[in-house]
Amino acid sequence: MAKKQRKSKGTQDAPALGFVGTLRWIWTQLTSMPTALFLLLLLAVAAVPGSIFPQRPSGPENVVGYIDQHPVAGPWLDRFQMFNVYSSVWFSAIYILLFISLVGCIIPRVRKHAQALRTPPPRTPARLNRLPQYTSYEILEGESDTPDDDQIIEDSYKILKKRGYRVERREDATGRSVAAERGYVREIGNLMFHISLIGVLVAAAVGGAFGYTGQRVVVEGETFVNSLVAYDSFTPGTAFNADKLPGYSVKLDKFDIVFDRESEAHFGQPLDFTAHVQVRKTAQSEPVKQDLKVNHPLRINGADVYLVGNGYAPVITVRDGKGNVSYSGPVASVPQDSVYTSIFVLKVPDAKPDQLGFQGFLLPTALVDEKGFGISGDPNAINPQLHLNSFYGDLGLDNGNPQNVFVLDTAKMKALNSRDLDAGGIRLEAGQTYDLPDGKGSITFDDLKRYVALDVNYDPGKLPIGIFAALALIGLGVSLFTPRRRVWIKLVQVDGKRSIEYALLARGEDPRLEREASELQKIFDKAWPLASQEQNQGAVNG
Amino acid sequence: MGNAGALSPINESLGEYSQLFMLLAAMVYGVVFIIFALDLAKTNKSITEMDSAALKRDEELLVGAGNVVAGSNRKRRGENSRADHISEEIVSDKMTYTSFSAKRPMARIAVVLMWLAAALHGFAVVSRALAAHRVPWGNMYEFLTTGAFLVALVYLIILIIKDLRFMGSFISGLVTLMLCAATIGFPTPVGHLVPALQSPWIVIHVSIAVLSSSLFAISFAMNVLQLLQHSRMNRLASGLSDKLPFMRVVPGAGALENFAYRINTIAFVMWTFTVMAGAIWAEAAWGRYWGWDPKEVWSFVIWVVYAGYLHARATGGWTGPRSAWLSIIGFLCVVFNFTIVNIFFNGLHSYAGV
Repeated sequence: MAKKQRKSKGTQDAPALGFVGTLRWIWTQLTSMPTALFLLLLLAVAAVPGSIFPQRPSGPENVVGYIDQHPVAGPWLDRFQMFNVYSSVWFSAIYILLFISLVGCIIPRVRKHAQALRTPPPRTPARLNRLPQYTSYEILEGESDTPDDDQIIEDSYKILKKRGYRVERREDATGRSVAAERGYVREIGNLMFHISLIGVLVAAAVGGAFGYTGQRVVVEGETFVNSLVAYDSFTPGTAFNADKLPGYSVKLDKFDIVFDRESEAHFGQPLDFTAHVQVRKTAQSEPVKQDLKVNHPLRINGADVYLVGNGYAPVITVRDGKGNVSYSGPVASVPQDSVYTSIFVLKVPDAKPDQLGFQGFLLPTALVDEKGFGISGDPNAINPQLHLNSFYGDLGLDNGNPQNVFVLDTAKMKALNSRDLDAGGIRLEAGQTYDLPDGKGSITFDDLKRYVALDVNYDPGKLPIGIFAALALIGLGVSLFTPRRRVWIKLVQVDGKRSIEYALLARGEDPRLEREASELQKIFDKAWPLASQEQNQGAVNG
Repeated sequence: MGNAGALSPINESLGEYSQLFMLLAAMVYGVVFIIFALDLAKTNKSITEMDSAALKRDEELLVGAGNVVAGSNRKRRGENSRADHISEEIVSDKMTYTSFSAKRPMARIAVVLMWLAAALHGFAVVSRALAAHRVPWGNMYEFLTTGAFLVALVYLIILIIKDLRFMGSFISGLVTLMLCAATIGFPTPVGHLVPALQSPWIVIHVSIAVLSSSLFAISFAMNVLQLLQHSRMNRLASGLSDKLPFMRVVPGAGALENFAYRINTIAFVMWTFTVMAGAIWAEAAWGRYWGWDPKEVWSFVIWVVYAGYLHARATGGWTGPRSAWLSIIGFLCVVFNFTIVNIFFNGLHSYAGV
C-alpha cells in the first residue's frame, strides 16, 4: 500500500506496466483495504436474496412450487442462480476474492509483526511534549528519599515492566530515558482471528466434500439400516465414499408426544417428542435401548441421527379388482397444522386391471364442522378417520420420471370417489374396509402408527470448525480490547534542576490511554518525591 | 418417559401479574419519555439564556476596554469569547457529568422515574420467568419485553458513570415502543417451550443475542446523533443558522463516534458469539451447524455489516459519517431480522408465537 506512487515525471501517459506489472497492480488493488471493505459489504448484499427466494439445498420442492407460480420470473431467477445463492458463481466469486484479499493482507502483516516482536521499543523522541498525554515533573532535591539518576531509570524500568510493557533503557545525546511498548498481542489476536476465518472456510469445504446427509422416514416397528438403499433421499459430498458408511441400525419401537393439556392458551401445543429406539452399532452388536429427542441426536460413529419431524402413518391394505392384495403397509401422511390434519396420498401401481390412486386427509380426531366437512379436533388419535377420494387409470409412473410421493398426478386417471360423484367420498375409521365402486377393489384402514422423520448427517468438518471458531472469537476479543501503546520516560536537566518527563502514545484505537496516564502518574507520585507539574493532555483521541 | 413429566405446571396467576406490571412499566417509561423531552427543551432554553448573558458580558468587557466592535456584530464572537465555552460547561466530550449537570432537575426526575420503571419492568420479566419455570425469552412477546428491559438496564448502568441523558428520550421512547408492540402485537400468555427450544443453549444463545442487540440500539442512537451533530456543525461553520439548537446538549460528533465505536466493538464480539452458539445449537437440533435459514442469513448479514463498520474505522476516508451510516444500516438489519424475518419469512426460527 505504501508504494503507490511511481516516478513518472516527464511522461504524460501512465507508464506501461507490462504483464508482471499489471499482475502486481491487480494484486495491490485486491489486497488494499478499500477493496476488502467493498467486497465485505458486497458479500452482505449478495447474501440477502437467499433469504427471499426458496433455496434448493434446504427445500427443492419449494423451488419447484415457486417456479410454477412465477412462470416468467422463475426461470430467469433460476438462470441467475437465485435458487442456489450460496453455491452460485457470483456469491462464490465474492467470497473467494474476499479471502484472497484477506490472505494478501495477512501475509505481509505476519511478516511485519514477526519483525516487530523482535524489535526493541522505538527510540525516545527528542521532544516528548509534542505527544498526547505528556507530563513533566520536577524532582524535589534534598529529600531523604530523593533518587539519583540511576535509581530513577531503574525504577521506571521496573514500573513499566510490571505493567506489562516491553522496556528498554536508553542513553543518547539528549539524555537518559526509558522506552516502552505493550500490546503486541493485539496484532497477534487480529491475525489469529483472520487466519481462523480461513480455517473455518477450509474446514467447511473439506467437511462438506467428505460428508453426506440423508433423510429417512421410519414408522413404529420399522428398522433403519444405514446403507445407501435405505435412504429416502441422500446427498453425498463430492469426495464421499459409500464404503465408509458405518453399518449401524436404528429400530423405532415407539414414538411418544406429550401435548400441553393444562394451559388454555397453549392447549395442544407439543411439549415433548421422544422416539424410543434400539440401536445396533454394527450388524453383530447387541441392540441398546436409547431415547432420541429433539436437541438430543443419536451420536453413532460420527454419522449422527436427528429427529426432525413426525406424523401419522395409517396402515393400509388395498385389494385390486381381481381380489389380490396390491398394497399392504403403512403410508406416511404429512401433517399440515397443530392438530395433525394430514395429507394422505397412496399410489398403487400394482393394482390390476387398473392402477389405483387415493388422496385426501387423515384426521386423528375426526369431527364434522357445520358445513359437513371433516376436521380434526385434537392432535392425538382419539377417533382417527381417513377422508379420501379415489382414482383409477394410469398413475404416470411408467415413464421413469421421478414423482413427488405426496402429490397424485390425476391427469390420466378417472375419479371413482369424490364428494361431487354419486359414490361420494370415502370415509374410513380404523378397522373398516371400503369397497370401491364398479368392482375396482377395496381399501382397508387396518391400524394407525406414528412415524419419525430422521436426518442423518456426517460432517468431518464439525470439530475443526468448532476449534477455528473458538480461536477466531478469542482472537477477536484480544484484538479489539488489548490496547497497544508506547510510553517514554525521560530524565531532563535544565539549569541544574532535574525533572522527569513522560508521554504516552496510542497505536490504534485506545480510549483508555488517558486512564493509563493517570495511573502512571499515581505510581510515580508514590515512587519519587516530585514537585510541580506541567501537563498536556492533548486532544481527545480521534 | 418424556421429560414432559418434569415440566412444572405454569403459574398462570403470576403470569397475569407479570403482564400487569409490564403495562405499568410501559406507562412509566412513557412518562419518562415526556420528561426527558421537556428536559431537552428546558436545557436548550437555559443554555440560550446563559449564552446571551455571556455574550452581554463579553460586550461589556469589550466596550469597557474601549473597543467599539460590538453592536452590529452581536452574533460574531471574538476568539476568546466566553460564550464559546458555555456548551463545554454543559456537555463534555468525555460524557462525564459536569457542574452544569446538577442544573437539569427535569433530567434527574426522569432518571429516577426510569429506575422505577425498570424495577417494575424487572419484576414483570422475572415473575414471567418464575411463572413458566424457564428463561423469559421463548417467543416474540418475551424477546421484546426482555429485550426492552435489557436496553433500559444497560442504559441506566452506563448512566451511572457517563452522562448520556441526551439520549434519554430515544431510549425511553424505544423501550415504550417495544413494550407496546409486545402487548398489542404479540400478546402471548405464559406457556411452556416447544421441544426445539428445550435446550440449555436457549439460555446462552438468545440472551447474548438480545444483549448485543440492545447495545447495537444504543450505538445506533449515538450514530444518528453523530450525523445530526456533524451536519449541524457544517452548517454553523459555513455561517448558517442553527436549526437544531437542542443539539447543544449533545456531545460533539467525534466524541459520539468514538463512544459508539466502543459499544459496537463489545456488541460485535457478542454477536459473533451469538452466531457461533447458534451454530452449535443448530447442529444439535437440526443436524447441521449452518443451513442458510433466513434467520441465519440475516444474522450473517448483520455480522458482515458490522465487520465492515470496524474495518471502515481503519480505512482512510471512511471514518466519520460513512462509518456511522454502516452502523446505522447494521442496526436496521438487526431490527429487520427481529421483526420482518421472524414474522414473515418461513424458516426454522419460527418461534415468534404468531
